[in-house]
Amino acid sequence: MSLVKIEKVGQSFNTKSGRFTALTDIDLEIGKGEVVSLIGHSGCGKSTLLNLIAGLTLPSTGVLLCEGREIPGPGPERAVVFQNHSLLPWMSCFENVMLGVEQVFGRKEGKPKLRARVEAALAMVHMDHASAKYPHEISGGMKQRIGIARAFAMEPKILLMDEPFGALDALTRAALQDELNGVMAKTGATVVMVTHDVDEAVLLSDRIVMMTNGPAATIGEILEVKLAHPRDRLALAHDPAFAEYRAAVFEFLYRKQLKKAA
Amino acid sequence: MSTVVALKPVMAAVSAAPAMEKVAVAPEPTFSAPAAEAAPRGETLRDVLRAVIPPLFGFGLLLGIWALVSMKNASIPSPGLTWDAAVKLFADPFYSNGPNDQGIGWNVLASLQRVGIGFGVAAAIGIPLGFIIGRFSFMNRMLDPIISLLRPVSPLAWLPIGLLVFQRADPAATWTIFICSIWPMILNTAEGVRRVPSDYLNVARVLGLPETKVITRILFPAVLPYMLTGIRLSIGTAWLVIVAAEMLTGGVGIGFWVWDEWNNLKVEHIVIAIFVIGIVGLALEQMLLLLARRFSYETR
Repeated sequence: MSLVKIEKVGQSFNTKSGRFTALTDIDLEIGKGEVVSLIGHSGCGKSTLLNLIAGLTLPSTGVLLCEGREIPGPGPERAVVFQNHSLLPWMSCFENVMLGVEQVFGRKEGKPKLRARVEAALAMVHMDHASAKYPHEISGGMKQRIGIARAFAMEPKILLMDEPFGALDALTRAALQDELNGVMAKTGATVVMVTHDVDEAVLLSDRIVMMTNGPAATIGEILEVKLAHPRDRLALAHDPAFAEYRAAVFEFLYRKQLKKAA
Repeated sequence: MSTVVALKPVMAAVSAAPAMEKVAVAPEPTFSAPAAEAAPRGETLRDVLRAVIPPLFGFGLLLGIWALVSMKNASIPSPGLTWDAAVKLFADPFYSNGPNDQGIGWNVLASLQRVGIGFGVAAAIGIPLGFIIGRFSFMNRMLDPIISLLRPVSPLAWLPIGLLVFQRADPAATWTIFICSIWPMILNTAEGVRRVPSDYLNVARVLGLPETKVITRILFPAVLPYMLTGIRLSIGTAWLVIVAAEMLTGGVGIGFWVWDEWNNLKVEHIVIAIFVIGIVGLALEQMLLLLARRFSYETR
């Protein structure tokens, strides 16, 4: 039984130069506990697809279902980790996470239980030491950890990540990828992640959805990554299977879907 | 748990970085201990001098020009004469010999009270209106032409309307303050609401926050710096306008006092009033800047 079902979804926008079709004919099923990456060249509509699953935008054609019901709009059961962390600067890290926790569990649980949830989420991303700090007092990588904690703390059915590590330097990104890998293994979370980093896609996902170039982008190929969990970055670096998966994605991106120089 | 193993070196590197900084900084004072001890005192003295000397030169120049002008033109009081008058005036700022002869302190307080009331009512109406205009584009398109039409009108043009409606001079002056201070608050609040980053609103949508929480937890804090700018501009304009309004309406107030002293031909008192008005305006501005800094999340 799939958690999210995307059927014949298309998305087009009205622009100054007429109607622009971003996505057509997207069919995809995401199973419970699965980690799926959306990869493709920039402008291929991967973020558009993620926003559709989040419910931040509604499709022009087709339907998106979550547990058999049409997605009517955004909601905490489909939590989003935004690319630029989007922490509220006037709240401490603790309050930022609490804002979501309160919204989801505030009606049935007392204050101490809510606090415990926030503390657990912060500890999970190793940020419990910064719970009283404000976003401008911590580094970019730390902000993104808080963003991840905020999303996980809501215990969403599915976690949507829009290039979560795109704005970070390579070392911080690697550290966060490993941390995310651990958290996903621990919680068995269902994740859809937009990325343009091939290594990230292979390292983290069970399936890699490769998208063709826009306009009117659609799913080109889907690659199943059958590497055992937990995955270790260092061990995988010498693993021929890892190299093969990497090569397959590169093959798609740079031979079949090579973007013509604009 | 191989992920933990892979994680550790990076985490170690991250936690080591600040420590290394500390180590790198620590030896420096030992290299140049005597110089380092002497340096801070010299530095602060130089900083103080750098901050104080140019303004002193500025005021010196002002006094020089003033003295020169008063020498050439006998009707302008000299700085010395004005100082003597000020000492006498401020010896008893809160006397009261009937409604037309009160101390300068009472006059300033009367003006501040009018500004306070007019501004307060303007804030109570202007800030919510700004929120509505910023949030709903229909309201914006409906009210924008009216605001654009009325905003350039000198608030003093509204004084007769105030006199007509309220039948008394005092509320009419307050009314002009209300009119002049409402525009910056409406416009700045609306602009602030429009500039709330869409990411913050997307966060609110994903978390499923109800509208009341969106307003109190997201919109209000995000708009606060803009609102405080509007308030600062409003108070500044209000303090400019009150002097003119009181000259026209009479009664008690610093503006009326200036006019009264003109009729008494006490020019030195007019000069004193100019300084008092300037100092009070400056104090209001600084107070609000302080408030803005206190509440701005950007500088906290």
